[in-house]
Amino acid sequence: MEDFGGLLADRRRPIVTAEFPSLDGGDLDTVAAALDHYRPYVDAVNITDNPAAHAHASNVSMAIAVKQLGVEPIMQVVCRDKNRLAAQADVVGASMHGVTTFCALTGDDVTAGDEPEARRVFDLDSPQLISVMNGISRGHYLSGRELKHPKELLIGAVENPFAPPPEVRVRRAKMKVDAGARFLQLQIGYEPHALESFMAGVVANGVAERAAILPTVILTKSPGALRFMDGQVPGIHVPAPVIDRIANAEDAAEESYLLVREQVEHALALPGVAGVHITDFRHDDSLRRLVSDLALGPAFAPSAAATA
Amino acid sequence: MLRKLLPVVEHVVKGPVWDCQMCGQCVLHSTGMTCPMTCPKTLRNGPCGGVRPDGKCEVKPEMRCVWVKAHDRAENMPLLPKTWREEITHMRPPVNNELKGDSSWLNLVSGRDRQTPAGWQEG
Repeated sequence: MEDFGGLLADRRRPIVTAEFPSLDGGDLDTVAAALDHYRPYVDAVNITDNPAAHAHASNVSMAIAVKQLGVEPIMQVVCRDKNRLAAQADVVGASMHGVTTFCALTGDDVTAGDEPEARRVFDLDSPQLISVMNGISRGHYLSGRELKHPKELLIGAVENPFAPPPEVRVRRAKMKVDAGARFLQLQIGYEPHALESFMAGVVANGVAERAAILPTVILTKSPGALRFMDGQVPGIHVPAPVIDRIANAEDAAEESYLLVREQVEHALALPGVAGVHITDFRHDDSLRRLVSDLALGPAFAPSAAATA
Repeated sequence: MLRKLLPVVEHVVKGPVWDCQMCGQCVLHSTGMTCPMTCPKTLRNGPCGGVRPDGKCEVKPEMRCVWVKAHDRAENMPLLPKTWREEITHMRPPVNNELKGDSSWLNLVSGRDRQTPAGWQEG
């Protein structure tokens, strides 16, 4: 695999990351089997941290497993479930296993999940967590206590250009980059103009140069999936005309694929966009088809073929 | 005596106006006179990505997002000093949970509300 940090730094080709599915049991073979779907086509996979406030196999365990299986994990850490002690312990512990790429998120509220009666933590918020991770990378805990043999960390974050207020999103992206984020994965969105104005903002304030901006797309195959996201997933809005386009299509699955391909083409054409993050809810051949159609990622990028 | 009396007075004054949660390290001036501890996620540097298209809170759909309100007020509220308006873009450090229930006025005077952990850095 090409060095993920190197790709982020020199941007010799668009970066492709993907969302690794959360698992609820099995063993390392289960992880390996799931990873095979992504391995040839992506530069790194996101290891989620109790996504949508549902408990799953832990981010630390999955990140270590994926690292050992030879794929670069981006270990997400959300602020919802753990206080500052636990969050730091997870980052330091994972780094001892070679996990050095992290992504700090606020996290969906507990009310979005299947255990809404849980206590929400939010001891740190996401900009603070980025800064704390940056401190760990520099060799100390938040308390100031020194770490032994600290690993240099590659820290990222997320931002949602599609949630109001738009101008604040650009400023908040800068706050996160000022705190140490070197890449920003964006929320899924279906309003191209919102993405365009966000990108114009982060190009103008220098954020897009200091951090790799990766818009996110999600591969689905039915209007129902879009309706579900619109109604149930915090921070995702799917306008009615987009749902109608899929609902009225002769072949909803094919139309859904074409929509995502258009989204990726649109995003990659925008100044400042460094790559794309892909969530695959289809689990068919669409991920491969997408990176092949658009000549992206380690398997299909022209530069990758030239150096292979 | 003052340490016991002042929190009571502060809560009586700030409770009804700002829904003060007595975090003991008031940052109202830097957040458009909007208390970030009333955010269900108690974010000191919001808004989170869950804000609804109409500007309402992810957790409480009937409530306007505290941070949408904060940014709006920081920009538009009359009589707010310019330095206070600009401070909304500054990163606020993690909450010191030892100060909860204290009078932020006392902690402001003593400077305790501005003490951060030795390893804290903004960038």
